Amino acid sequence: MWQWFHKLGSPKWFFGIATRFMPWLLAGGILLLAAGLIWGLAFAPEDHRQGNSYRIIFIHVPSAFLAQSIYISMAVAAVVTLVWRMKLADVFVKAIAPVGLIFTFLSLFTGAVWGKPTWGTWWVWDARLTSMLILLFLYGGVIALDRAINDEKSAARAVAVLVLVGVVNIPIIKYSVDWWNTLHQPATFKLTEKPTMPMEMWLPLLLSVLGLYLLFGWLTCIRMKTEILIREQRTRWVRELVMAGGK
Amino acid sequence: MHPIRKKRLTIVLFLVAGLAIAVGLTTYALRQNINLFYDPSQIAAGDAPMDVRIRAGGMVEEGSVVRDPDSLKVEFRVTDFSASVPMEYVGILPDLFAEGQGVVAMGRMDANGRFIADQVLAKHDEQYMPPEVAEALERASKGQHKAADAEKAAESAAY
Amino acid sequence: MAFDSFSAFIVMEGHGPYVWACYAVFALLVAGLMIWSVKRHQSVIDACQRRYVHDAKNSRRPAHKASATFTRVEISQD
Repeated sequence: MWQWFHKLGSPKWFFGIATRFMPWLLAGGILLLAAGLIWGLAFAPEDHRQGNSYRIIFIHVPSAFLAQSIYISMAVAAVVTLVWRMKLADVFVKAIAPVGLIFTFLSLFTGAVWGKPTWGTWWVWDARLTSMLILLFLYGGVIALDRAINDEKSAARAVAVLVLVGVVNIPIIKYSVDWWNTLHQPATFKLTEKPTMPMEMWLPLLLSVLGLYLLFGWLTCIRMKTEILIREQRTRWVRELVMAGGK
Repeated sequence: MHPIRKKRLTIVLFLVAGLAIAVGLTTYALRQNINLFYDPSQIAAGDAPMDVRIRAGGMVEEGSVVRDPDSLKVEFRVTDFSASVPMEYVGILPDLFAEGQGVVAMGRMDANGRFIADQVLAKHDEQYMPPEVAEALERASKGQHKAADAEKAAESAAY
Repeated sequence: MAFDSFSAFIVMEGHGPYVWACYAVFALLVAGLMIWSVKRHQSVIDACQRRYVHDAKNSRRPAHKASATFTRVEISQD
């Protein structure tokens, strides 16, 4: 177990594994996402109350899922950074924070555009929407803090602490719709319970969620590889690798 | 585990736990401000302030919507099934506004206990289904009523 | 297909602008994020490559210079 853990901490080992997985992640991600979105856009039946505007769910829910999952994984990596001082964990946080920012923005944007025809407003300061906006600021703060500190080690620690402080926001996002009165409805797509939509709506949603997770995996690999190259450029293995074509 | 790492892990866990408690207590203390709207029962109990802009939310009572034929004025009752509040609103309602569906209205209570709304938002639930399924469900529930009625009628006829 | 015609698919009973705006922004940002990541990766590889080539030249030059001074000294002795 510990041996595996230390192996995972080796940038060179990760670089090789990531290179091997990337084509599969990319192909699977594009395939599943395209299938889910085309199915959802053109073939899934319309909703009995919202009509066709509900089709935004096929990008809104996957984006929101990722926005939160990325933050949770960043928090796990932050603990590893603080406790074990594993460099790769910090590389991970740095590589995916911008991805999390983009997906949080996407879930807010698609939510606003969806809210206009269904609720009658673009934005309302309810607990779900506000906590999601805080998540956007947290991602922005993590990226800014990392850029503001030049020393790699102190930046890693400061960022890890900020990520951990922000993690209390995650259960607030998830349970806001159950704990308080909100305009936002409770979750439709749950992994643990029976879905509140029929199969021909739920399956395309599942495909898009899985596809976007795979694409996120691909993004993680390539962005971590970039960060590893920058940090390890003085080592021999990177030198040999780059001179051999960078594969 | 190395003792230094164990110590660091404990510090990290304490940090997160302490923070979670602090945030938990704060949100608990502020829960009334975090709630987007007041329930009809809270309004009926007098929890909602008078003459201040507040939000009220609940279900539009079945059969309570009265549209003014000459203007955009609409009157309806909003209920949470234990209390209900009369509301009036002048303006265009969102497409999803319907009897038996959720709404959140912004406005103020007047002296007569009526809620004068200046904005009405539709609140939808997490149930999605194709129109045919919704119709079938409705028919089924009506059918059940009919069947139950027929049964009752048959019973009373038998007596 | 849930729509009778292509134009019905585009209009979506009036919800078209909302739905298509969302999908357009989503496609744009996700594709942009992927392309940006690939480009950045490539530019880092290129920068490393340039640096290694540059370093290799530099490390050869001092050796060359040393031998040159050595020869110059020899020449001056002549």
